Amino acid sequence: MAVKMHILVCGGTGCSASQSHEIVAELNKELVAHDLTDFAKVVVTGCFGFCEKGPIVKIIPDNTFYTRVKPSDAKEIIEEHIIKGRKVQRLLYVAPDTNQSVSDSKHMEFYKKQLRIALRNCGFIDPENIEESIARDGYAALGKCLTEMTPVQVIEEIKKSGLRGRGGAGFPTGLKWEIASKSRPGEQKYVVCNADEGDPGAFMDRSLLEGDPHSILEAMAICGYCIGASKGLIYIRAEYPLAIHRLQVAIKQAEEYGLLGKNIFGTGFDFDIELRYGAGAFVCGEETALIHSMEGKRGEPTFKPPFPAQSGYLEKPTNVNNVETFANIPVIINKGADWFASIGTEKSKGTKVFALAGKINNVGLIEVPMGITLREIIYEIGGGIKGGKKFKAVQTGGPSGGCLTEKHLDTPIDYDSLVAAGSMMGSGGMIVMDEDDCMVAIAKFYLGFTVDESCGKCTPCRVGNRRLLEILTRITDGKGTMADLDELKNLSAVIKDTALCGLGQTSPNPVLSTINNFWDEYVEHVTEKKCRAGQCKALKKYVIDPDKCKGCTACARACPAGAINGTVKNPHAIDQDKCIKCGTCIEKCKFGAISIQ
Amino acid sequence: MDKIKNLADLRKMKEGMQSKMSMRENSNSDEAIIQIKVGMATSGIASGAKETMNYLITELDKRQIKALVMQVGDMGYSYAEPTVEVTIPGKDPVVFGDVKIPRAQEIIEKYIIGGELIEGILPANYRSI
Repeated sequence: MAVKMHILVCGGTGCSASQSHEIVAELNKELVAHDLTDFAKVVVTGCFGFCEKGPIVKIIPDNTFYTRVKPSDAKEIIEEHIIKGRKVQRLLYVAPDTNQSVSDSKHMEFYKKQLRIALRNCGFIDPENIEESIARDGYAALGKCLTEMTPVQVIEEIKKSGLRGRGGAGFPTGLKWEIASKSRPGEQKYVVCNADEGDPGAFMDRSLLEGDPHSILEAMAICGYCIGASKGLIYIRAEYPLAIHRLQVAIKQAEEYGLLGKNIFGTGFDFDIELRYGAGAFVCGEETALIHSMEGKRGEPTFKPPFPAQSGYLEKPTNVNNVETFANIPVIINKGADWFASIGTEKSKGTKVFALAGKINNVGLIEVPMGITLREIIYEIGGGIKGGKKFKAVQTGGPSGGCLTEKHLDTPIDYDSLVAAGSMMGSGGMIVMDEDDCMVAIAKFYLGFTVDESCGKCTPCRVGNRRLLEILTRITDGKGTMADLDELKNLSAVIKDTALCGLGQTSPNPVLSTINNFWDEYVEHVTEKKCRAGQCKALKKYVIDPDKCKGCTACARACPAGAINGTVKNPHAIDQDKCIKCGTCIEKCKFGAISIQ
Repeated sequence: MDKIKNLADLRKMKEGMQSKMSMRENSNSDEAIIQIKVGMATSGIASGAKETMNYLITELDKRQIKALVMQVGDMGYSYAEPTVEVTIPGKDPVVFGDVKIPRAQEIIEKYIIGGELIEGILPANYRSI
């Protein structure tokens, strides 16, 4: 007899911590007791994203969703639901807004934390088949714009939606388009898609381009129609070969189908898209540097104004938007600005895609409505911190952003609240850190990145950031002073005020934000020469416990630096000045006498 | 391929595709077929999605099971790559995580042939428009 029913039990970290494995054992015991093992099967699954209501049990095929299940409920679930077909009412999910029980998971959609708008097709359609995109409304918005709306109407719709640039700074997209449309009418203009995703740990744009390239092409054509451009350019880094391949296929297919090229939808509107490859310099995500790089010049930023809308690519009016911004456009046209504006917070509408990475259980690509809290992202969608460790901070906004700490866990996330908290939205990289991460070392890591990536054009960024990095290195090497800490703050402020472009102006943010939130840790590194996370190698101190040391000399013989002194059968000691902290002695000691302080 | 000349052409193509897709999912239709989507973004491929996809194609072929195996983009579950979604006609789609070859074999033998769910299911934790 084939299995007719399945009992799914959440095996995510949250549910496992609240006894989901015991529930599985109890359910199996009951199935055996009632001789039902051929009829129903218990299956452990991944996280349901409802950790707060866990442990979760779901029955298939009727999709009944039980919450807060205890091992003692197993008997009732088997006897009532599986045998008699009656749902266990008291375990059903109660909707927080209506206070009604929700009987099956199909009616629970609304309560899910994630909402996919930009990622709507990602993972659903074959990105190399334009017809699948068309089946899911691909190019319908472009058709609607070209045949039923004027450029002014489209721009009004985008303005009304409240969409803001998803690249990080959050400039209103509709306004940007309006400025570009009014700039130098009648001249050749350009639409540029910024796909130069460079933040460490970020992969939102890459995933979008790899999963749903047609939505981006469609939105660029809509933008071209609005601002009066017949040419689009996608600036993408050469280190994204798969995204490039899928874009090339998509452009070719769109041209074959007549959805790009001449006389689109028979309206006389022409639009072509070409790719431009970047060599992967972080500064080329800044729009003026990006434009210079596309022109074949050095990827260096220039002073704004003139803004690209006035004089951009080849000194023609140019509108630059980020990949994710474009991904939202077709949906706004198809579903309406009011619908889009109903999602999110007062000043930040819609959703945001985040690449969730670091010390978190469910690393992945997520899309959430603006206004969700960090707590919901980390503990429900992300399934909590790896290994049950303590949460310390989240880095958002990459090398230009800052850290959010425990006190920000319940802050609703939007552009403005993140800036108020000393960080920024950025393009959407979200790196979670636990108690084992040293915040000074984190600041040093990001600054090392900006020092590498600084184009060198302006002095504050080229020289200033290097000095900041030197000070941070001194501190992590245990040679810092309190004066260094003051200098960090002063120099950071000067760089912020005087650097030429966004890269330099924001590069001290990781330093300032960690100083603000983790001042104690900085002071500890300086005054006590201590790194509480044990990350700063130079501050580690290897010591031998004289009570445990048998004087076997194994460590002294193995020490490559000759830093261990002592005579046979007497306790040994480590000369801290000579010790290179390689850890060899710990490996050699058979008595567990050596520890790190 | 005829070019799409106007909005009506696009709508006609959309409806044609949609009815084709719903026929595949409907167990009573002659066109009904098992559909398998393999997450083939960079992260999926790096975790072995290509091998999984090749295995699924050759193995289903060997067992003469009619199925449509296709590549899709990132499903979002980076912690459980490679990810594979299986839709048996008449049933809801099921996403499986960590699908290397042994689990792919289990999916074919237990779920596709036997109709029995196996471990590694990733419940959809989002809603989409």
